[in-house]
Amino acid sequence: MSDIIRRDPRAEWIARNRLHPLHAAMQPQPQQWMGPHGVVRKNPHGLGFMGPNGLKRIDRSGAQQGGNVRRTAAAEAKLPLHRVAEPAFYIAVVPDMVGGRLGSHDRDLLGLAHRLAGQEGAVLAVIFGEHKESAFDTAGVDRLLQIDGSEFEGYAPEQRVQGLRAVDGQFQPRHWLLPDSRSGGGELGRRLGASLGERPATRVWQIKDGPAGSQCTGRAGAGQQDISRALPRLILAAAECAEPVDETRHEVLPVSLHGAVARSLPRIEDLGAVAVDPAAIPMAEAEFILSGGNGVSDWALFHRTAEALGATEGGSRVAVDNGHMARARQVGASGTWVTARVYLAVGISGAIQHLQGIGACEKVIAINLDPGCDMIKRADLSIIGDSHELMLALIEAVEQYRHGAKREAA
Amino acid sequence: MSVKIVSLVSVGAHPTSGRARRAEQDARAVELGLQLVGDNLQVLHAGKAEEPALRAYLGMGLARLHVLEQPAGSDALPALAEYLRDAAAQIVLAGTQAETGEGSGMLPFLLGEQLGWPVVVGLAAVESIDGGVAHVLQALPRGQRRRLKVRLPMLATVDNAAPTPRQSAYGPAQRGELQAHEVDIFDDPLLAESALQPAKPRPKRLKVIKAKSGADRMKAATAKASGGTGQVLKGVSAREGAQAVMKLLIEEGVIR
Repeated sequence: MSDIIRRDPRAEWIARNRLHPLHAAMQPQPQQWMGPHGVVRKNPHGLGFMGPNGLKRIDRSGAQQGGNVRRTAAAEAKLPLHRVAEPAFYIAVVPDMVGGRLGSHDRDLLGLAHRLAGQEGAVLAVIFGEHKESAFDTAGVDRLLQIDGSEFEGYAPEQRVQGLRAVDGQFQPRHWLLPDSRSGGGELGRRLGASLGERPATRVWQIKDGPAGSQCTGRAGAGQQDISRALPRLILAAAECAEPVDETRHEVLPVSLHGAVARSLPRIEDLGAVAVDPAAIPMAEAEFILSGGNGVSDWALFHRTAEALGATEGGSRVAVDNGHMARARQVGASGTWVTARVYLAVGISGAIQHLQGIGACEKVIAINLDPGCDMIKRADLSIIGDSHELMLALIEAVEQYRHGAKREAA
Repeated sequence: MSVKIVSLVSVGAHPTSGRARRAEQDARAVELGLQLVGDNLQVLHAGKAEEPALRAYLGMGLARLHVLEQPAGSDALPALAEYLRDAAAQIVLAGTQAETGEGSGMLPFLLGEQLGWPVVVGLAAVESIDGGVAHVLQALPRGQRRRLKVRLPMLATVDNAAPTPRQSAYGPAQRGELQAHEVDIFDDPLLAESALQPAKPRPKRLKVIKAKSGADRMKAATAKASGGTGQVLKGVSAREGAQAVMKLLIEEGVIR
């Protein structure tokens, strides 16, 4: 049903016209009133609304929904805006931004930064290059510093440390927070620590305020021990170190560096990614999975598509049971729980067990004939159509794209 | 290859029993060094020389292991930096982080900073070394690899993507020599102020539903996972559909 509130001029006219036979029915009925003996009377028939199949429904949650009741157009309540006009100090966060977006680890880190910033401090997020994130405000970024430049592109950890040193000189953050992750944060934080001469607390999972200042606890050794110490300036925090921000919106004011960043000697040169055999990557950690189900008729074509796209193959339970896929390739509750960034499901209707298995996937693309299936409700992009033709067209499109890239290079 | 390679090793701890053993990642560093230069590999440890777990490294086929003699709880960094400055090594290999002690993983970066050498993390393989430049493969998360060109001398850490270490044999382990060197001793200030405790299990994160009304809570408990705002292309030709899919794949950067 549409959310647009429409006036009914005829009903309004009847309500104004006392001579109309329907006039009494159009009057707003009071829900409760004071009776002649001073007792409050209630009209139980005025309650509720007519449901879609003609039955009267009563919704006691307060948010009445129904045919004749005005719906709330602005369903999403705006969170209160947290403003820091004159920050007393900064807490600098360098999120990983895997795929250009904030991950859950980054959000936890921003939540921790807000605990450290309190009301006076501002959380400064430092990111390198372009990003695709649209929810910096609800993630808790007060100030956003974007460091651009060709020298920061690709794998340039030494140059990035120079950038962070420039941030350190200008903003003098009270704390530096980086994710202790394998996707770059752990390395960058340690390099920054070595460069600034700060001894970081690593794998921190808890920060507690005590009478003698804040104490942080991190894992030590091979994870069999904990070490607690006074909170240092540089913190490399583990995943789930704090609750992410979820009750406030933030300003995301852009800030910039005043001076130019010093250039480091290019001692490490990035020669680009190396092609790896996608079939050799364990499915649980594959980045891009092409998964087939009952709707796939031509399995040879499916394998060819996976090869052309450079995707790791997966299958639904039906595909595995029918013998089209190895058991180890099954995605879902009784198979592998995958964490792919992009999951392309061909001919999978989306049983709940399968949807559980792809719960951690970021982008889901569905190719299916049935527009009402559950997979399409989950997917970010769905194509309703025949999988056979679509896979053929996909192979052609990939080859075209690769040829185009080659021609550009030449 | 005629370059000098030094592998740094430490004493590890078994994950279940906690007994001293060869550290998993350091053993991989030794294995990588053995594959590159064979017997010319030099293996270096800072700590107590009479530690029996060190013999597990000798059992991998090394004639001797150099030990910079230090009591437990002292700072290994100055001694190692001093030794490596004079060692004329081209490549220094180490594990990502120690299995005992603080295990912060800072040592390679601090050594690199003090010596002025580049540091490569997650070394998976060395492809070629010529003219003071090495081409190496770096392991990335999700099984990916990246090729890097690094100026020598360099420091490199290895993680679980490096070759699996060979077994340690008992006979060579007993025959090998632990060569002790005397060095100056510096205390680690961190261990004076805080001590290691057995790890506390981390609390599991609860899924908190901040719903105001009963209907919202019911919805949160029963709703299926759904993206909600997915784009549905209906009645398009296969070609247009494939173009839309390709656009998203290129946007996400998974097509190489």
